[in-house]
Amino acid sequence: MRDMKKTKMVFTAAVLVAILAGCIALDATLPSYHIAITVIKKATVYALVAVSMNLLNGFTGLFSLGQAGFMLLGAYAYGVLTIPVAKRESVYQYFDGGAIHFSLPEIFAGFLGDTVGKTVGMLAALLVGGLLAALMAYLIGLPVLRLKSDYLAIATLGFAEILKAFFQWNKLGPITNGSNLLKSYPYFEHATPYVLIAGVLIAVILLLINSTYGRAFKAIRDDEVAAEAMGINLAKHKRMAFVISSFFAGVGGGMMAMYSGTIAAAPFKSALTYEILLIVVIGGIGSITGSVIASFLYIVSSEWLLRGLDSGTFLGINAPSIFKNGFRMAVFSVIIMVIVLFFRKGIMGDRELPDLLDKRPKKAKKEAAK
Amino acid sequence: MSLLPYMINGISVGGQYALIAIGYTLVYGILRLINFAHGDVFMVAGLVMVYATASMPIYLALPLAILVTVVLGFTIERVAYKPLRTAPRMSLMISAIGVSYLIQNLAFYITGGVPQPVSNPIPWISDQVTVLGASTKRVTLLTPVLTIVLVFLLVYIINHTKIGMAMRAAAKDFETAQLMGIKINAVISMTFVIGSFLAAVGAMLYFTNYPSVAITSGGMPGLKAFVAAVFGGIGSIPGAVVGAFIIGLCEEVIKGLGYTTFSDAFTFALLIVVLCVRPTGLFGEKVTDKV
Repeated sequence: MRDMKKTKMVFTAAVLVAILAGCIALDATLPSYHIAITVIKKATVYALVAVSMNLLNGFTGLFSLGQAGFMLLGAYAYGVLTIPVAKRESVYQYFDGGAIHFSLPEIFAGFLGDTVGKTVGMLAALLVGGLLAALMAYLIGLPVLRLKSDYLAIATLGFAEILKAFFQWNKLGPITNGSNLLKSYPYFEHATPYVLIAGVLIAVILLLINSTYGRAFKAIRDDEVAAEAMGINLAKHKRMAFVISSFFAGVGGGMMAMYSGTIAAAPFKSALTYEILLIVVIGGIGSITGSVIASFLYIVSSEWLLRGLDSGTFLGINAPSIFKNGFRMAVFSVIIMVIVLFFRKGIMGDRELPDLLDKRPKKAKKEAAK
Repeated sequence: MSLLPYMINGISVGGQYALIAIGYTLVYGILRLINFAHGDVFMVAGLVMVYATASMPIYLALPLAILVTVVLGFTIERVAYKPLRTAPRMSLMISAIGVSYLIQNLAFYITGGVPQPVSNPIPWISDQVTVLGASTKRVTLLTPVLTIVLVFLLVYIINHTKIGMAMRAAAKDFETAQLMGIKINAVISMTFVIGSFLAAVGAMLYFTNYPSVAITSGGMPGLKAFVAAVFGGIGSIPGAVVGAFIIGLCEEVIKGLGYTTFSDAFTFALLIVVLCVRPTGLFGEKVTDKV
């Protein structure tokens, strides 16, 4: 038993180190505009957000669809706080240079040196985005978390839409730039920083899930009444899961802003939340590893491997009339439906990376076949 | 500035929302499922109308659009919801979101992602008329009338026919209804057929007022119609209709007052207030949660 535990730890560590090493190697050999780098960046961001959603939907059993709204907050916080002062005039051209006249990376660069200060400033902006999202989640949670499953889903979806409307409001223009783009902010060029940030945050979520709080979350998911009877404070733990999940979604939103180079409220619509939810389902509801794997599978195949489905030639078959724009996503959504209907456990079920070493008990297999 | 044209518009939009909201409320009443794909069914109805009216005479095109929509609704239920009848509600909802995603992506593939222009599909109803000094399209006046007629018809079906009785029984208690010999699958299919039919009629009225049908056109009206259903008390048909008219009116009046950005936000704010203050809505039955 002890040996198994040790092997599992070594295995997990080896996989993580291998991923990081692979990432650094890619960064060193490929130019930063290469598709592989772009895909890794996007996939890590999605992985972080998917894991944060899984914490809520998979581990606590709260079916929330507000993820896009919290990402929006994070993204805007990041953009607003990091645009260099010199460029504010051109970004906020319709709002006289905006209302905010400082930039976190520049402030930190003032006393930490250029490279270190800038990085610290960017990380601080991400953190602020996360905290804002968490604060908003706390406020929203007060009324909303009393609702049951599908009402909760629709209420959180509604909050995300309200947030979107506010950020497009012209009166808030000096801060949010109204319905215009935020741009010219600094970002990490290489993939490794993304992988590192997302990796650390996902590890934190993992630790949380394996803590007393995590066990309370799972108890709430499995049976609210029983959990309450065992002395778990339902309101407190639900709020906690909601706030923590939103914090990570906010940071994820900030990273999304970094990755995409411009920020507007429009892309943070409910379709984004649906996409992330479907990634969580593909990976397995209740599996962190699953969410990460599914994010990479989803992004790598949709952004890169299956590109051919959209542009005429796929696997050497040339049929422009079938493989035209949109075919890729159509194929994708069919696959998703098959997973939702027939493989409800997703890729990982509720297993994690170390559990892959476990031998599947044969009895369970037989029972499943029945 | 007069608010009158906005109010007339609001009543019309409310009627269109009502037709969609009934689809939500019927399905929710029986399956306890927010049918996220309903808004997309509505969008497909609009698309089919655009395609059909362009290639055939109107007396063939409109029935065809309705038929396609109804078949779509029926198929969605059979393929995506029926296999999950014993699964937890979350799986059912995820399946609904998946279907919505699938329909949107298929529509994107078929239309090539280009919003399809609506070029006067039903000539008579888009004529300009003048009411109380405000110029508007005839469809604006026709919608509330048609909505009310259809709703009365539906209420008659539900209260006075055998299938209606079966639907009420299934909504009351799923399992007991089954024990009493009600063919539950037929009843559920029927609710989807009725819901899709009304959504198709709603789509024809709705999209005549818009320049084009895009693949995402169904999302917002769908969600708002759902809010209307919740506002009126989910499971209640009169509730859904009243809720839809109120939401349509409020929204257009807010636009009239110059806060267009917040017309969507208002709807959701209303939803949250209703859910927190009176979760059963205006006409909803009080249900005690079973442990």
